[in-house]
Amino acid sequence: MNPIDQAVTWINDPLNWTNPGGILDRLVEHLGISAAAVALGCLVAWPLGLWLGHTGRGGGAVVLVSNLTLAIPTIALLTILPLTALGFGKPPVIIALAVFAVPPLLANAYTGIRQVDPEVRDAARGMGLSGGQLLRRVELPLAVPYLAAGFRTAAVQVVATAALASFVNGGGLGQIISAGFGLGISAGGGQILAGGLLVALLALVVEVIFAGLERIVTPRPLRRTRRRVARQADQRAAAAITGS
Amino acid sequence: MSFRVIDRADPGNPWFSWDYVQSNSDTILAALREHAWLTAQAVLIAALVAIPLAVLAYWFRSLTGPILALSGVLYTIPSLALFAFAAPYLGTGTATVLLGLVLYALLLIIRNSLAGLNQVPAEVRDAAQGMGYGRFARLLRIDLPLALPGIFTGLRLATVSTVALVTVGVLVGHGGLGQLILGGFRNNFFKAEIMTGTILCVVLALVLDLILAGLGRLLTPWARRRGAAG
Repeated sequence: MNPIDQAVTWINDPLNWTNPGGILDRLVEHLGISAAAVALGCLVAWPLGLWLGHTGRGGGAVVLVSNLTLAIPTIALLTILPLTALGFGKPPVIIALAVFAVPPLLANAYTGIRQVDPEVRDAARGMGLSGGQLLRRVELPLAVPYLAAGFRTAAVQVVATAALASFVNGGGLGQIISAGFGLGISAGGGQILAGGLLVALLALVVEVIFAGLERIVTPRPLRRTRRRVARQADQRAAAAITGS
Repeated sequence: MSFRVIDRADPGNPWFSWDYVQSNSDTILAALREHAWLTAQAVLIAALVAIPLAVLAYWFRSLTGPILALSGVLYTIPSLALFAFAAPYLGTGTATVLLGLVLYALLLIIRNSLAGLNQVPAEVRDAAQGMGYGRFARLLRIDLPLALPGIFTGLRLATVSTVALVTVGVLVGHGGLGQLILGGFRNNFFKAEIMTGTILCVVLALVLDLILAGLGRLLTPWARRRGAAG
């Protein structure tokens, strides 16, 4: 039987869905870990990014954080954190994933504030708004599309990386793939393929949902130009990351 | 939770140990070599596929959308899933790891190369056209050299993220330094082994990044001169 038939058979077996440790259990685990990690990332990255953007300082620090996290293997954090004072269980997995959610959230929050038209900022100042009011009433609303874009990138990345938690027995859909490899390629090939399919599908679904959400929170007149601006910002960010 | 007790009570498990590095230098070097070799192969193959695709997208505007969308989808698919798709067919060898790494690196190189090509000034293109350059001659002698900064940005991003990603190859037994990291975890949480693998991984990424940055500077002397003048 070829791996695709095996995968179809495996995925069509209702017990594989409802058993303890089956697809449904793993899905709930996966989404729980991911949601916690993204929430934690937002809690850290957004206030910091907004504040750095508001003061206009720390652009270099934002780039440095992105660079460093790009070079750290996910597996390293997943294996190191449980051996620290955090102990085993879900917290180290959530923190490891949150670390990788921070760069897109931080960079987009920073860019979102920085891209606000200086004239708008001047006008707000001239109307007598204080620094905090300027951030809350002017800069923050204008940065919302960027925050949404960062959130989408972070969410997709975390859902994708959460599959690696299975390496340290951290749960999630990756566990299905690992179990398949445990059975060996010939016996578990179908399960490996099915697990990969589920993980990939989940990442794509999350991407589509948050892309839609990003569109909804972007005001209509900004949508066309936003796409162009985002592309330019992407290129600038890419150039900035490598310092060229 | 009983693991924690073992971990706390064991004073002979430091985060770093020269003793471990010295007595296992063969294993460590072999892992490092595999890691570097896999990275080099993956980035090279990805570049050979991605740069022509970027040129196609540059020549034919209508292809830009589909090419970027397809590589974007490949980039979104988790690395673990890519390995899982390839493993039943390619077996648990380096081929599986390589395929996953290449597909993942494509987007970074395509997007940055395309950005580099699109940054070629329109006047320069017009001048080349006026001097009688054909499409291929212009590509080789005008467009690609001027796009080198963008191409190198893509190569550097792809290299750094590939170095980190190779570790996921432990799934099929070819994870380079990832073998040390996960091996240490499974070997009674041997911290020194985990840390050695991690440090070497980050250092390898930085060294390769610096090498590529240096190469990029060597190949684009005009950018350096302009930078010095400005």
